[in-house]
Amino acid sequence: MAEYKGVMVYCEIVEGSLPSITYEVLGCGRKLADDLGQELYAVLAGSEVGDLAQEVISSGADKVYVIDDQLLKAYQTDAYVSVMEKVVRQVMPQVLILGQTSVGRDMAPMLAFRLDTMATLDCVELAIDSDTKLLLQMKPVYGGNALATYTCDSYPQIATVRDKVMSPSEPDPSKQGETLAIDAGLDPSAIRTKLLKKIKDDEEGVKLEEAQVIVSGGRGIGGAEGFEQLQKLAAVVKGAVGASRPPCDNRWIAPSRQVGITGKIVSPDLYIAIGLSGSIQHLSGCGQSKSIIAINNDAEASIFKYADFGVVGDWKKVLPTFTDKLKELLPE
Amino acid sequence: MKIIVCIKQVPDPTSSSSGTTVDTEAKRVIVPQGTPPVMNPYDENALEAALKIKDSQEATVTVISAGKNLAKPVLRKSIASGADDLILLDDPAFDKLDSYATAHLLAAAIKQTGEYDLILCGRQAADTDAGQVGSGLAEILKLPGITAACKVEIVDGKVVVERVVSDGIEEVEAPMPALVTVSSELGELRYPGVKEIMAAQRVPITVRKAQDLEINISQLKKPSLVTLAAPLGRKAECQYIECETPEEAGTDLAIRVREAQLL
Repeated sequence: MAEYKGVMVYCEIVEGSLPSITYEVLGCGRKLADDLGQELYAVLAGSEVGDLAQEVISSGADKVYVIDDQLLKAYQTDAYVSVMEKVVRQVMPQVLILGQTSVGRDMAPMLAFRLDTMATLDCVELAIDSDTKLLLQMKPVYGGNALATYTCDSYPQIATVRDKVMSPSEPDPSKQGETLAIDAGLDPSAIRTKLLKKIKDDEEGVKLEEAQVIVSGGRGIGGAEGFEQLQKLAAVVKGAVGASRPPCDNRWIAPSRQVGITGKIVSPDLYIAIGLSGSIQHLSGCGQSKSIIAINNDAEASIFKYADFGVVGDWKKVLPTFTDKLKELLPE
Repeated sequence: MKIIVCIKQVPDPTSSSSGTTVDTEAKRVIVPQGTPPVMNPYDENALEAALKIKDSQEATVTVISAGKNLAKPVLRKSIASGADDLILLDDPAFDKLDSYATAHLLAAAIKQTGEYDLILCGRQAADTDAGQVGSGLAEILKLPGITAACKVEIVDGKVVVERVVSDGIEEVEAPMPALVTVSSELGELRYPGVKEIMAAQRVPITVRKAQDLEINISQLKKPSLVTLAAPLGRKAECQYIECETPEEAGTDLAIRVREAQLL
């Protein structure tokens, strides 16, 4: 295994630019590379993405591998896994890091099995063991009831990192690096799974991931109409509406609004949890909020253990006066 | 068509979220006593996806589960719900299988079952949350793999899947045989009736041991668990707003939140 060297990060691209998770992955990868005393490699795959290479170098990469191909325009499992397999076999990094996004959680396990190694998904901490130099991969298990640390002794050691957990890299425009092109070499007939269409959710108002205030509803909201009430409060506090899993499963609200281990990880200044019991899976997604307010008619609901302010009562009666009073107290 | 659904048995995640402790020495999670084993909820969603297909066309659904001392009554529920066969890969050697070993074990068993059109798995297990077995199976069996499905249909001999992504829904299609992992948005497993539960008792279950499979399980171990710790949970001291009526509590909450400068 001696020939494996360096840390590689997969730089996800969203609509032609780098999302915050990519800076977090670069920051995390840079630190691991420094701890190993090795180089940081970044992979940019897509269609017409070469312009981002300088930005990736400024954000910590020593070498950027650019794979530019029309067939990589949208994420498709077979195409991306094949390309990443090719890059990994050519560059042979010890460590490969991806973001725990829709793309990362789809690609990492398949890539790992194809390379006959293992991936650890949704890591909240990564470090290099000082003795073995192996990657220590810490992730929540049992829905967040325990934190497990794994190692894998086959290379590359692959991990995805949870959104908003790693410190993003600080861009340094003077940093030098090398950009190398790799031919995708894709055979269109080998792309078995085809993307037919994408239906994007309406992104009215504030995005969930960027919101400073989130108004979130749980099973207790009872239906789509209830979420209209939450929308009213969100408008007053200039926040976004989120949800725990049951409302998304029942389609009271779009699945992309889910906060939690299988949804989005958020860390707003204020998280207002309404009719939401606070399962550990949900808290994994919102537990990093600066403050939490809970409104729930069940005094035993575990959300109260995490809340700064709580009202035990029927949210249908509490919410209208809460919204009205805030409207009065908050500046326009 | 023939559909295979892979189901893991897990401690009931809905009853184990409070009172769960961690034995750091033994590197084990201790669920509260009396926590029943259940079918992994995401695997139930996968079974429901299979049964929805069976509702609309001729199909047989085979359920496969692997582990040590599997609880037959728990897994028999899959037959009561509408599955046709149940295969248990049950052997002391199958204790604490990691994702790598599980995927190879299931692949070996699936190869023995003959032809199939579609394999369905849950997107992840409620205990380890690893989310790898489905994708691993697709790779080992060299099938197209689609993850996080909220709708699975068969159209003109292809599998057409709606999958949940962070900003919406993607519709993808793949030729069969294919593997699809299913997310909770697909819907809960249907409830079997009393008649179905009774009838399921009489359906024979196939049990296979390690020696029945062409696989050496002891050679299949990849990740190793180094430590297991209790979570670093956020805990706050909740200030309760106590008023005569909920309406007053709403008003008071707004005032208190402003005073505390949370808004």
